[in-house]
Amino acid sequence: MAVVFQKTKGLTDKQFHYCPGCTHGIIHRLVAEVLEELGLLDDAIGVAPVGCAVFCYDYFSCDMQEAAHGRAPAVATGIKRVNPKSAVFTYQGDGDLASIGAAEIVHASMRGEKFTTIFVNNAIYGMTGGQMAPTTLVGQKATTAPYGRNEDLAGMPLRVSEMLATIPKAVFVERVSVHDIPNINKAKKAIKKAFEIQMKGLGFTFVEILSTCPTNWGKTPLESLKWLQENMIPYFPLGNFRNVEEVK
Amino acid sequence: MAGKVIFDENTCKGCELCVRVCPVNIVHMDKERINIKGYHPATVKEMDKCIACGSCAKTCPDVVIRVEKL
Repeated sequence: MAVVFQKTKGLTDKQFHYCPGCTHGIIHRLVAEVLEELGLLDDAIGVAPVGCAVFCYDYFSCDMQEAAHGRAPAVATGIKRVNPKSAVFTYQGDGDLASIGAAEIVHASMRGEKFTTIFVNNAIYGMTGGQMAPTTLVGQKATTAPYGRNEDLAGMPLRVSEMLATIPKAVFVERVSVHDIPNINKAKKAIKKAFEIQMKGLGFTFVEILSTCPTNWGKTPLESLKWLQENMIPYFPLGNFRNVEEVK
Repeated sequence: MAGKVIFDENTCKGCELCVRVCPVNIVHMDKERINIKGYHPATVKEMDKCIACGSCAKTCPDVVIRVEKL
């Protein structure tokens, strides 16, 4: 008998508090598996955001630090500069990273801070009750946009990966999704690549992962995955935007 | 029997993501029982059809499933 799949040592025994079908759990597992496979669990330090993933310090079995809203890249900068041999990562949602933390992420990547950011984009503010986020799609309903996001009033959704890919010291930028098995495998590869590049000290690494929010989207978990595929991927195209190792 | 899936039933939140990805369609929600969280847990009746692909475990957001190959 061979074990094909079991829970990674990178996760603690604590059960996730996420809503049923929320893909945060898949992304947690992928990050934890990558840390375990690269042998980084003892050296890794994660920075937790504010948002649905605020309790992620309870779920990862490596060292974790909570940061103020949006400031995870600033905290990670300090941690990485003091512990340059550690694998440092931030785990942030779109409300945290793309709005209040937009300055921190832009300047951390501009400086080429050598940590990895895992950016979970579910196009809405989850924890606070489904308000419109910078990444909410045009026409998508939110509690602060009951008739759907109005392009004339609220502008167009922010494509963070494309924006960061224009910054020279952001050496690895990729957008992936977790809506089916092939994409989950691709997401894991991207996260692994990001950590490998970080450990080589080449610069700032960034992985954006499209995620669902069944509760605030008002859909079942299965409908949410379909909605992600049909609506988010056309506006947030998947793929690699920058890979320093392919340039060389 | 090629594979075996073991569900940690009390951590299942009944989201049905595992039902969708099973290539041999053997995972279903047990509508006759509820777990400690109050959800119908995912379960497998015809275990002999399992091919141990691990798809259900890879898509489970709550890491409920363990997969073994026999």
